[in-house]
Amino acid sequence: MLIKNISGAKLARKFLLPLAVTAMIAAPVAVSAQGLTYKSAKSAGVIGEKPDGYLEVVSSGNAEARKLVNSVNIKRKAKYTELAAQKGVTVQDIAFTTGCNLIAQTSPGEKYLAPNGQWKTRDGSPPQRDARCP
Amino acid sequence: MIAWMKHKSQAQLSCGLSNMALAMMACISLSGCITLAAPDKPIVIELNINIQQEVVYRLDGDAKNLIEENEDIF
Repeated sequence: MLIKNISGAKLARKFLLPLAVTAMIAAPVAVSAQGLTYKSAKSAGVIGEKPDGYLEVVSSGNAEARKLVNSVNIKRKAKYTELAAQKGVTVQDIAFTTGCNLIAQTSPGEKYLAPNGQWKTRDGSPPQRDARCP
Repeated sequence: MIAWMKHKSQAQLSCGLSNMALAMMACISLSGCITLAAPDKPIVIELNINIQQEVVYRLDGDAKNLIEENEDIF
């Protein structure tokens, strides 16, 4: 048992150290490929807010952005569905109202879909929203 | 005789008046029906929009809370 542990530690030193070094070298690459978070993608304008309360990949997006958008949209729909049942309204009603607020809350540089179907970059002026938005 | 005839014509006249009043009331009630039917049209248009502005205004506070409580997805 003891011998096994020692050999285990030796093994770790022999193989895990180079592995760790490799991981450290590879880490920055991994961040750029896997580290696309909801917040970073949003502020980079890779993903944008739609009037219907869901996210969408803006034209320059890739497969990773698509995966991220789908994952967040599923979570959003779950929350919309929950609140809609509580309030006795449709999921679409809740999603749309939230969409109005999400577009209103975008920070300069972030993307949103205008009622005319065009992606806009939020600037200092108020965003273009659906006429039914409060 | 003349007095009787006069009386009769007055009676006919009053009868005619009450008929007219009835007809007018009928007209009013009819036109009332028509004005009641008129609001149907805007309602149909609103249904086409799907989401009504009134609902959006009512849910606005709830939507704001939802965003605040779920910062990771909003």
